[in-house]
Amino acid sequence: MVLLPELVLALGAMALLLIGAIGGEKTAPAISFGAIALFVMAGAEAIWAVPSHATAFHGAFVADDFARFTKVLILVGAALCILLADEFFAPAAMSRFELPVLMVLATLGMLLMVSAGSFIALYMGLELQSLALYVLASFNRDHLRSTEAGLKYFVLGALSSGMMLYGISMIYGFTGSVEFSAVAHVVAQSGAGIGLIFGLVFLISGLAFKVSAVPFHMWTPDVYEGAPTPITAYFATAAKVAAMGLFLRAILIPFPHALEQWRQVIIVISVLSMALGAVAALGQKNIKRLMAYSSIGHMGYALLGLAAGTALGVRGVLIYLAIYVFTNLGVFACIQAMRRGGKPVEAISDLAGLARTNPKLGLVFSMLFLSLAGLPPLAGFFAKFYVFLAAIQAGLIWPAILGVLASAIGLVYYLRLVKIMYFDEPAPALDGDMAMGSRAILIVSGAVALLFIFAASPVITAADVAAKALLP
Amino acid sequence: MSLPLLSLVTFVPLVGAALILAMPRPDAARWIALGTTIVTFALSLMVWAAFDPHNPGFQLVEKMDWLGGGISYHMGVDGISMLFVVLTAGLMPFCIAASWESVQTRVAEYMIAFLVLETMMIGVFCALDLVLFYVLFEGGLIPMFLIIGIWGGKRRVYASFKFFLYTFVGSVLMLLAIMSMYWYTGTTDIAALLANPHFPPQMQTWLWLAFFASFAVKMPMWPVHTWLPDAHVEAPTAGSVILAGILLKMGGYGFLRFSLPMFPSASEMFAPLVFTMSVVAIIYTSLVALAQEDMKKLIAYSSVAHMGFVTMGIFTLTHQGVEGGIFQMLSHGVVSGALFLCVGVVYDRMHTREIAAYGGLVNRMPLYAACFMVFTLANVGLPGTSGFIGEFLTMLGAYIHNSWIAIFAATGVILSAAYALFLYRRIIFGALVKPTLQTIQDLTAREVAILAPLVVITIALGFYPKPVFDVTTPSVAKLITDSKASLALDHANHGALAQAAGDKLAAAEKGTGQ
Repeated sequence: MVLLPELVLALGAMALLLIGAIGGEKTAPAISFGAIALFVMAGAEAIWAVPSHATAFHGAFVADDFARFTKVLILVGAALCILLADEFFAPAAMSRFELPVLMVLATLGMLLMVSAGSFIALYMGLELQSLALYVLASFNRDHLRSTEAGLKYFVLGALSSGMMLYGISMIYGFTGSVEFSAVAHVVAQSGAGIGLIFGLVFLISGLAFKVSAVPFHMWTPDVYEGAPTPITAYFATAAKVAAMGLFLRAILIPFPHALEQWRQVIIVISVLSMALGAVAALGQKNIKRLMAYSSIGHMGYALLGLAAGTALGVRGVLIYLAIYVFTNLGVFACIQAMRRGGKPVEAISDLAGLARTNPKLGLVFSMLFLSLAGLPPLAGFFAKFYVFLAAIQAGLIWPAILGVLASAIGLVYYLRLVKIMYFDEPAPALDGDMAMGSRAILIVSGAVALLFIFAASPVITAADVAAKALLP
Repeated sequence: MSLPLLSLVTFVPLVGAALILAMPRPDAARWIALGTTIVTFALSLMVWAAFDPHNPGFQLVEKMDWLGGGISYHMGVDGISMLFVVLTAGLMPFCIAASWESVQTRVAEYMIAFLVLETMMIGVFCALDLVLFYVLFEGGLIPMFLIIGIWGGKRRVYASFKFFLYTFVGSVLMLLAIMSMYWYTGTTDIAALLANPHFPPQMQTWLWLAFFASFAVKMPMWPVHTWLPDAHVEAPTAGSVILAGILLKMGGYGFLRFSLPMFPSASEMFAPLVFTMSVVAIIYTSLVALAQEDMKKLIAYSSVAHMGFVTMGIFTLTHQGVEGGIFQMLSHGVVSGALFLCVGVVYDRMHTREIAAYGGLVNRMPLYAACFMVFTLANVGLPGTSGFIGEFLTMLGAYIHNSWIAIFAATGVILSAAYALFLYRRIIFGALVKPTLQTIQDLTAREVAILAPLVVITIALGFYPKPVFDVTTPSVAKLITDSKASLALDHANHGALAQAAGDKLAAAEKGTGQ
């Protein structure tokens, strides 16, 4: 069954909505767990039940190894974010049954995004995801910053969707098709004319917005800061994987013969994102804003793999995303654990001396940051390694040099966090207790960061297979 | 040999660190750390025992699949790297013992940091895969950063950041060079790359520069040495010992392992640059050392000067120069480590490193004065101490290559005598007039146990350096003949660059086979 995971999520979401509507607020925890069960089920089906080469709806929906890899990542990210959300909202008596349902719907959109085989399917998936995410961003509705985040995200998101649609319409106009493979065929035969390039640039702009790459990154810090922490985690993990998967598919499948044209654009976006992410994060005082700039930088590194335009580049991006998802989940679990007297705190200075007041949390937190900085022997190093490896192979020497220099600048702010946790005099201790789910996420995430070096090769092989599905 | 000795010697410290982490009682940390480092040292001696000095190639080789695609877990030692493993493992128990009383806060974390660092350092010298080498080379930064930053002095944050960023920026360029080499040859295996050094001269230039950026900072060479005095001054005693004793040696080791044999043409081309930088380092930093008011800073600058001798000797590509460079690194590892331990002894008592705060210590601390004297003279390079052999050989190598370099370097020897003896006079001799020093105690039994073996090694190697040269000579000879052969090949190919890569490969194989 090609569509099995998506069907499970779609029908499941409706069922959960019904249960919630009938049972009321008290069913919220049960619905959370129902949603997680749906994700697990969909993930198992994506791995075992969905064939490796199949299409549906006349090629608008593609099931391949690339989709499988990204779907598993998305589902893992989404499931763990629901776990976080449950533990975030329950103590504040803010649990709503709509939250897991919205997350299931957004995740369904993400699955459609990475399986898109035509521009129409792409847009459908994207909007399904985005609309749910707008609501989720403002889920803390009595909170000014949360509603502001939702509104900002909505306005800018709508703008970017508009740009993308405009680009798609131009691509359709100049090629006569919305199917990825048909567009590729036309470009191969008659080359990329100026009109098509215009369409392509608009498309890239819209996609760059979704992955929060410079110069379309402005929404990221505000939304990351304003949205409730587990939702921010969701933005930073599952949503980023989906957007990047979509980016890869929507550029590499229809436009392999316009490589020279789009590559320059991607290189500029990538280098600017790396640089801005590193420099702007230096001055941040709020940990979630810092993570926003960090994610901008990380998307810059991932885009370098796309700029390579080869299967190796795709492999690099996929490895990057896999490591990035697990590391970020851990970081956000840590951020969620930053509570003092039951109230969440978000200032970086609140972490002062954490290594002494709470050694275990301090250790894991620092390790995750150093992994994000890309220091060996932690997982983050291998993420960057494979992307740069592909870039060098594709001859992108200068972007690679600028990239590693940006990572040296970025290192400063990650080291600053470690310094605050390890060198500084302790601030008043954070609440020591951590919920079970967060604890489990931290253990998993820390283990991935630390032990990836020993078990890298299955992940690399899987990413390799997935990349070859996209670019044989 | 069925026992994976090199993996054991590399990863036993990591097991020790895990044990400390699992142990609920923090006071056990010291004993676990000491035990682990002693076991590691014993294992490194077993490596020495199992090592066949007549074989110039890699020995005790272990190879396993790691990342796939030609990147493997490949360990092995030859005559160049083996003694560095022994040096590293040998210095660690002293570091742990030296921190026994001076480190009282967060002891478990301190010991874990040192043990992790030990794994990384030993691994660097054993790694026979470029990616593995890089991972370990960089992995050592995190524990050292923490050691300086948590247990360091007043400006520890500044020093730790400076240390980290300098070395990191240098290294990332090397990483890109490693990737270029991978795509050019299809492997990151050091043994394979050494067997077929066939990079075109143009590419060699860039690769050499990228590796140089990393190793020159690590070494450190003038003018990128400025992180070292800061790091030394702020680091705790044991941290300084490791910095001076081992971390600096990674730069020299890198030159020997990569720059000379893999990029011979570029090495030849840039040798004048290296000589200039070395000579400037020797003279300039010696002069700077003369003006220091802080004991650790003085020794730090003297380290830079001594590393200048190493780079000078290595790039002469003569037997004397290269072997002298290796010996100088080993000797300096012991001597500078011991000097920092000596500073630590008085620092633990007086909590100041100001030279002016001391004077006349010989009156109350005769044992200390004697130990300190041995190491000071070894630092000067007095015949009969290990310091002499290295300096003499590197200068001999330089003299063969170009007498002017040797003449300038010899000036540095005079200057080093000046600053070292000046330091010794100000601290040890004179009347004991300072009121704070009136009650200072001589070495305790623990401190004697730390310093005495180092005194013995320093003098023994000064009189009988043969055990070291027995190990290094065959590998150095191979390094030099291989480098010269591929250099000749590069010269022969100079006019025929358009030749197909396959031809070049075949020619390179023929060239190294001679």
